[in-house]
Amino acid sequence: MNNLVILPLLIPLLTGVLLIFFRKQIRVQRYVTTVSLLLLMAVTIVLIHQVSVEGIQTLNLGGWEPPYGIVLVADMFALLLVLATAIVTFCCVLYGFRTIGEEREKHYLYTFIHFMIVGIMGSFLTGDLFNLFVFFEVMLLSSYILISLGGEKSQLRESLKYVVINIVSSMFFLVAIGYLYAITGTLNFADLSVRIAETGQDGLITTVAIFLLLVFAIKAALLMFFWLPGAYVVPPMAISAMFAALLTKVGIYSIFRTFTLIFYHETAITHELIGWLGVATMVLGGIGAVAYWDLRRILAYNVIIAVGFIMIGLAVFTEGALAGSIYYLIHDMIVKALLFLLGGVMIGLTGTNQLREMSGMIRNHALLGWMFFLAAFALAGVPPLSGFIGKLLTLQGAIDEGFYVMAATGLITSLMVLYSVMKIFMNGFWGENQLSVEDEKMSTKGLLFPCAILAILSVGLGVGVEWVNVYVLQAAEVLNNPQVYIDAVLQN
Amino acid sequence: MEILMSVLAGILFTAGTYLVLAKSLIRIVLGTAIIGHGALLLLLTMGGIKTGAPPLLGLESASYTDPLPQALILTAIVINFGTLGFFLVLSYRSYQELGTDDMEELRGTEDE
Repeated sequence: MNNLVILPLLIPLLTGVLLIFFRKQIRVQRYVTTVSLLLLMAVTIVLIHQVSVEGIQTLNLGGWEPPYGIVLVADMFALLLVLATAIVTFCCVLYGFRTIGEEREKHYLYTFIHFMIVGIMGSFLTGDLFNLFVFFEVMLLSSYILISLGGEKSQLRESLKYVVINIVSSMFFLVAIGYLYAITGTLNFADLSVRIAETGQDGLITTVAIFLLLVFAIKAALLMFFWLPGAYVVPPMAISAMFAALLTKVGIYSIFRTFTLIFYHETAITHELIGWLGVATMVLGGIGAVAYWDLRRILAYNVIIAVGFIMIGLAVFTEGALAGSIYYLIHDMIVKALLFLLGGVMIGLTGTNQLREMSGMIRNHALLGWMFFLAAFALAGVPPLSGFIGKLLTLQGAIDEGFYVMAATGLITSLMVLYSVMKIFMNGFWGENQLSVEDEKMSTKGLLFPCAILAILSVGLGVGVEWVNVYVLQAAEVLNNPQVYIDAVLQN
Repeated sequence: MEILMSVLAGILFTAGTYLVLAKSLIRIVLGTAIIGHGALLLLLTMGGIKTGAPPLLGLESASYTDPLPQALILTAIVINFGTLGFFLVLSYRSYQELGTDDMEELRGTEDE
């Protein structure tokens, strides 16, 4: 029992409620938001320290013992993602202060950002399947609002599709929960794992597992990503960056959690399927990223490729490959937010998102150009930047275990990623300078600071592998050995 | 009773799917609502409907009905209401703003 575990939920929840009362005072809203996110980071760092010293921390809500009550579980995998979420949100919000505009800020923007964070943190920390559903809904409902906030025509149109798809898939989630409850009689992750290990994972449970995979795959944009490019293109860039960095990652986290902790007995069926879904996702996402000349769409398709790549680590299912996936997941959250924010600056300066209409920006904005270059290389996995280690570990695992096609697809799509982001770099920053400083649609004042934080983190993740690796390995160990998780939850 | 309930859930899913596949926005909204009802019924049925006395302290009985599915659907109903309400408002606003409720006309952007 550790009461700190609930703070990552409680801080944003209370802040969100508090901000409702300061609707008109935008300055107050901004200060409170900054402070609460800093606090969130501090709490998470304390928790990470505790978990690395004392092992997994749990909290039984209301004092009910695990298989019966609601339990929050903070293991290293969840906490690393919680920390990354807090950092990314902090940077996106700093960026948003200058770009989103008063109208949206007065209509509860920060409140709903906080509520979305509650949902995301809850999904990472919860210890049972039904609460995962509830926190998913908290996150999704806030994200519906953030997509449609502002009420532009394109926003309304895309948010309709996003909402339909997510409502239907949430209902499937409920159905899957119902079936699983009927079969096993429990919804607690640890208890489910124990019971399925006892009775064996028969065909029925595998079917439910694949049904759950379908639900999470829609949320994580694994193969079923048709809703993603549209929905991520329409909101303001700061919000898009948050979505790109956070929303699909919750789906990925859920797939990892359920398929390493509960349904790990039939890897020949489920994990193989996940691997091939990942391959298909990478190929289709790669084609999309290469095909478009619209900056925001290229970036949106890059989100999809990363989802496919992370899944390979799960398909291989060795401790090394899982560590690679976790590393890549954290890297991806940071670097995607960075790319979207930098792309947002480019679009803001030129007033267009068509690559063919921009050029030569590096002459007036050298720092922006170099940061984009850095982010592009990090994304493609060029050493010593952050993407490299994750890719290396995952591919090493895949090749050792004989998953050659998956490894090859991972490498080839890396080139597609590199091509698509270098296309943005070359078109946007090289060539004739079409834009004098007076013609620019906005100033970059204050926008490069949050980007710089993320860029430094990205480099730090790559160069400081030695320090990060300790924690990542701890996270991978729990994923690879479910007994650690079960003991921590059920024997407290 | 369980069989009747599961058949009913199936009918609701069928009707909901039919409506979600329609062109008109209001039908889609109603379709998601009906699918939601189907899912809730299924969730309730899955726990077994009545297998003993009500799960109250102090009743002396050999077996009790499982209260968990009821707790689950209570939560799910609230969430369903929330999303349905939001979806209705969103579709009304879109109808006002875009001037159509035909999903066929809401496909892509002009610059694609």
